[in-house]
Amino acid sequence: MTEAAKPSPKSFDWAQFVRSQLRNIAPLITLIALFVFFSLASKSFLTLDNFVNILAQVSLTSIIAVGLTFVILTGEIDLSVAAVANAIGIVMAFFTLQPDYANIQNVPVPGLVAVVFALAACGALGLITAFGVTRIGIPSFIMTLAMMQIAAGVSAMLVRGQIAYSFPMIIQTLGSGKFMGLRWLIVVAVVTLLIAHLVLTYTRFGRYIYMTGGNRDAAEYSGVNVKFIIGSVMVISAMLSGFSGMLGVAYFGSAQQNQFDTFLLDAIAAVVVGGTSLFGGRGGIGNTIIGLLVLGVLNNGLDHVNIDSFLKILIRGLILLIALIVNVYAQKMRDSSATTE
Amino acid sequence: MTTPVTSSEGGHPPLLDLKSVSKSFGGVAALRDVDFSLAKGEIHGLVGENGAGKSTMMKIIAGVHHDFEGQMLLDGREVRFRSPRQSLAAGIGMVHQELSVVPDLTVAENVFLGSQPLTATGAIDWARMDKDARAQIASLGLDIDPRTRMGSLPVGIQQLIELSRVLFSGARIIILDEPTSALSPPEVERLFKALRQLRDEGRSLIFISHFLEDVLAISDRVTIFRNGRKVATANAAATTKDGLISQMIGRGASELSAGESAELTGNASKRVMLAAQGVSQGGILKDLSFDARAGEILGVYGFMGCGQIELARCLFGKLPLDSGTVQLDGKPLPLASTAAARKAGIAYVPENRRMMLFRTEPVYKNVSIAILERIHRLLVKPQAERDIAKTHIADLQIRPPNAEMEVGQLSGGNQQKVALAKWLTHKPKVLILSEPTRGMDVGAKQDVIRIVKALRDQGVAIIVLSTEPETILTLADRVVVMKRGRVVKAFETGHVEKGDLLAAA
Repeated sequence: MTEAAKPSPKSFDWAQFVRSQLRNIAPLITLIALFVFFSLASKSFLTLDNFVNILAQVSLTSIIAVGLTFVILTGEIDLSVAAVANAIGIVMAFFTLQPDYANIQNVPVPGLVAVVFALAACGALGLITAFGVTRIGIPSFIMTLAMMQIAAGVSAMLVRGQIAYSFPMIIQTLGSGKFMGLRWLIVVAVVTLLIAHLVLTYTRFGRYIYMTGGNRDAAEYSGVNVKFIIGSVMVISAMLSGFSGMLGVAYFGSAQQNQFDTFLLDAIAAVVVGGTSLFGGRGGIGNTIIGLLVLGVLNNGLDHVNIDSFLKILIRGLILLIALIVNVYAQKMRDSSATTE
Repeated sequence: MTTPVTSSEGGHPPLLDLKSVSKSFGGVAALRDVDFSLAKGEIHGLVGENGAGKSTMMKIIAGVHHDFEGQMLLDGREVRFRSPRQSLAAGIGMVHQELSVVPDLTVAENVFLGSQPLTATGAIDWARMDKDARAQIASLGLDIDPRTRMGSLPVGIQQLIELSRVLFSGARIIILDEPTSALSPPEVERLFKALRQLRDEGRSLIFISHFLEDVLAISDRVTIFRNGRKVATANAAATTKDGLISQMIGRGASELSAGESAELTGNASKRVMLAAQGVSQGGILKDLSFDARAGEILGVYGFMGCGQIELARCLFGKLPLDSGTVQLDGKPLPLASTAAARKAGIAYVPENRRMMLFRTEPVYKNVSIAILERIHRLLVKPQAERDIAKTHIADLQIRPPNAEMEVGQLSGGNQQKVALAKWLTHKPKVLILSEPTRGMDVGAKQDVIRIVKALRDQGVAIIVLSTEPETILTLADRVVVMKRGRVVKAFETGHVEKGDLLAAA
């Protein structure tokens, strides 16, 4: 690059920089503001134990949010994530030997086989979604809404209102065990986030995801197999949701219907609050991490400041609304600053 | 320069009269000192090349542009329409070239879009709407159930129905922009019959078209535009197609400037790289066949709407073929997706840059997208991408020479170069270019022409599709002319002029 092409320090255009980076800056400022506020408002908030608590609380959501980040980056949406997580947790329990009091008519197989069955099941659900969206051409919003219902149906059929309590050893360890004093769950979440970040940033597949979301026509006219990319992110989303569901039932110590209902909104909120564009092509795992922490700090902090628990729900809704406004606004500012024709 | 115009209809004042009208866009003159008059009860043809000023004048009449110089008189009173709505209120209706029907509504709903008849209670009067719609389209010779879904009808029929909307709106002046481009000959006849009937009722029509036979067949008078000026107004009966063409181009064969004629060097001994046989698509491409040879630039010329765009999309796997085969280098070309076509060795730059570029991504990512699989091993290699981008930036003289710059911030011509650069490293067997130099300044055009010819010399089969004869004649070694979805003429070798292309299309 020549010297002339670089903006000299003096003429550095702060306004332009803030405009183009708004979607990254705003979530970070939100996180810092919340963190400072709760640290001042509560004595028990700012401790190492509590920080680890926050991480554990967002770990399950984060695995779902990773899959959702892939989906939203292509400009699609997946509303079935929580229902799939629930169904797969139950599928795994269905194939695990349950104690007598569980009263479930199930088919016990060895632990690892149960895990494989569960993974195969979420792969199958993902493929069905992918087929509906890319081959039949059902908008992902509707297709995943249907899949949400299908997954809920699978859960209902398998447990019939009962609760399962035991899970394969390896999942039990990852979901509720500890590794050198740290919850395995946090380790798994961090590794998932790291791998996803590497895939999105440094692989061809990741580049295609961004390009498909950035301008689907242009991706297609560049010879990118857009349908394959969109189908793939749908499968990835289902797989990660299922994985999170498996760890989740172990974390909760039980598998039952409607256990993951809050995870859909949390996962979408994490991705969007973090600043990943709902229109696709902008954002990434870094944004999702910030979004997860914002939600985690908010949920946890509100418990520490002794606030009306009904007001809590309203505050979460308002924060999400503000994030959506910033998201759409950031998109518009970018669009206008990038238009010179 | 301009022929003085008096009303030819025995001293009656013209219905619409434009006097020394000029209009420029950002310092570039689009219309210069134009006089134009439209008599009551006449069909007035309007011809000229792309950019000659026809559309600008129609937009002034239809109220789209109002900051023009000169005068416009309607019924002898000076008017200046501030919006299309005002123009419509004064009885001027325009049918645009692009189809603007709602495919999911019925025929009757489309006919009465925005003006549905109401019953006394304020509900839509469906019975009357169906009855009136049926009568209206029947006068165009169409026997169609008004409750048919619009999208299920052929494009030509849809266009006739859309025309009927304006034709029967009660407008005194009706402007038709390329109304016949998607119509089959019997449909054209139906339309003409309806137009003559309207004329005999005393309406005035302005008929704009590239199809000169159609213009001569339907018009009473014809006005010819060239370079923003009116060249002449003539009686259609006393004019021939060749006469129109020479006035549109404005020079005899001896004074043609660059790009207006070419010596073709088609060479049948060169290897056929791409062979299309009997290609049909969506009622637009009809049994179309042609070859493109390695090391040759094939120009495909035709008017807007002749099916060029669809042809290019088909060859790149974006639109599915209804029938026909395409062979690449003797083997069937996989056209299941654009990815398959790209892997087989087809590259395509569409006519619209926006469809091709990632505007908020840096130049280097735009350039590397089509070749990522070649320059990556497990991970992408941004440095290799940047290096490739820099070579192309130097080669195509992209300004500013910055691989990190967002493409959306480059000028239009430079964006076009980035779109082309994307395929240069891909080393395609066949490169398809739609309107490769449209909207470029002279310097950028020269760069693109140089690059395209260099690729040709490396043995790539190049297909250039354009609605501008100059683009075709500047680049092509061989030309085929498309008309209404078919190849109607091929020029292999020898001297060919702009007029020849216009006459064939």
